[in-house]
Amino acid sequence: MTKSTALLEVQGVSRAFGGLKAVQNVSLDVPQGALTALIGPNGAGKTTLFALLSGFLTPDTGRVIFKGQDITGQAPHLNAKLGMTRTFQIVQPFAAQTVRENIAVGAHLHTASRTQALAAAEQVAQRVGLADQLDKLASDLTVAGRKRLELARALATQPQLLLLDEVLAGLNPQEIAEMIPVVRAIAASGVTVLMIEHVMQAVMSLAEHVWVLAQGQLIAQGTPSEVTRHPQVIEAYLGHGTAARLRQAEVSA
Amino acid sequence: MTKLLKDMVSIGLFVWTVAFIPVLTQSGVTLNFVMMALFACLMAQAWNVLGGFGGQFSFGHALFFGTGAYFQAIAQISWGWNPWVALPAAMLAAALVGAWVGALSFRYGLKGSYFALVTLAFAEVFRIVSLSVPFTGAGVGLMLPLNESWTNMQFGSRAGFVWLILGLVTLALCVTAYLRNSRFGAYLQAVRDNEDAARAIGVNPFYVKTWATVLSGALMGSAGAFYVQVFQYIDPGIGFGSHTSVEALVGAIVGGMGTLWGPVLGALALHVLADLTRNLFGQMPGINMVIYGAVLVVIVMFLPRGIAGLYPHLPKSWRRYD
Repeated sequence: MTKSTALLEVQGVSRAFGGLKAVQNVSLDVPQGALTALIGPNGAGKTTLFALLSGFLTPDTGRVIFKGQDITGQAPHLNAKLGMTRTFQIVQPFAAQTVRENIAVGAHLHTASRTQALAAAEQVAQRVGLADQLDKLASDLTVAGRKRLELARALATQPQLLLLDEVLAGLNPQEIAEMIPVVRAIAASGVTVLMIEHVMQAVMSLAEHVWVLAQGQLIAQGTPSEVTRHPQVIEAYLGHGTAARLRQAEVSA
Repeated sequence: MTKLLKDMVSIGLFVWTVAFIPVLTQSGVTLNFVMMALFACLMAQAWNVLGGFGGQFSFGHALFFGTGAYFQAIAQISWGWNPWVALPAAMLAAALVGAWVGALSFRYGLKGSYFALVTLAFAEVFRIVSLSVPFTGAGVGLMLPLNESWTNMQFGSRAGFVWLILGLVTLALCVTAYLRNSRFGAYLQAVRDNEDAARAIGVNPFYVKTWATVLSGALMGSAGAFYVQVFQYIDPGIGFGSHTSVEALVGAIVGGMGTLWGPVLGALALHVLADLTRNLFGQMPGINMVIYGAVLVVIVMFLPRGIAGLYPHLPKSWRRYD
């Protein structure tokens, strides 16, 4: 990864909440056009890192550079205008509004016209498979529907970088299988995607590059198959000494 | 038909119908009722802009009412302005107060009950200040000299006032229709429903909420200016008293927040109720507040979406307007 192709550069970002060092000195470069993933055990600081990148939180130290501009601590709505949009792990629909109206809010970022925004909402709904539920209230959607809505609303802002926070969490295996091609199609359309994901099946099949975060620190990176063999990663997930035991089991088998 | 066109057609029908009432009847009682009902509609609609569409529950809309009323009175008495010029200026003054209070509150992230308390506090501060400074006439209040003529916005009959308040209600309806069919309105409702989600997709909540306070304040200010023209008198209690704030918010909540016709229905229903009970209880002062309180409790418990929330439950053949 050379510097010239990095869309997002994170340089030594840290953030503490009182005595808890949620994110410690994390540096990573998200290359333009790639589909990458951030994984790690629960409480590793993944969502905090997303909040630091998108401007919902300000880092204590370090810099965030997007498209060559220093955006450290810049308000989220300005980052969205610049082309970086995030979704939320816990879905946040505008419950009192229809699916169409929800997505149109995102589309309004680039058009003041209500008609154009509503038309754009329809197109985006098709991309994420919500076309037949456009006139439903967001509060009437299933969990899978809300996840798609979360994605659609972000997509409607025409982002260059999409930060997806666990779009597959809470879905059943069939819903996950339906969602994976949607995410892949978004990346294929030219949007750079950085996703936080717990569903390893999805990470393995989608991501080109993976960073592993544990206790606020980056402990490994590489292709999905590289990091899943990485002893430190195995220990972060399964506990101290597991890597050695697994290796032994492999040798004796 | 697009939603905007439907909204405008329904507003047109409403205005057309109401505008004929003063032609059909000369009855002072009827016209007075229509005028006061429209006056209540205007206040409920003003509150609805910020409370219903923006989700920011103000408990101090009297602040804008009093600002508009005092401006309208002072501009004529002290500066010799024509009332037709003073009215838009009074709205502007109330809007500026809205910008100030809104910017101050939202800059520091006040939400929910904290915002409600701050608006209440501002209204009280204005009431107490207007009780003591000389240019508001202090406790005595201000009296507008009687000078009946159209150019002086003092109409010989109630009919003129009915048309004037109908014009202001129409303006409020158009602002509401704008909120239902524009980017600004979509942003405002997005912030109401989920501020963080709105921020993530490019909405600046501070800007949106402050502008909503400005619009809401301007409409409420016009109600204050209208009051002065009709009753030719204003004092701190009338201008900045909390009963005005309560009347505005109860009308909007009872009718249905964040809807086009809810505040109109709510204000009308409350006004009819207050009038009926006035005959029942006589002139017991403050009895309408007791009734408003009771109605509010019942509505919040059983009809959280207000009278307008009943609409989707009507038989399909009745629902021409969606």
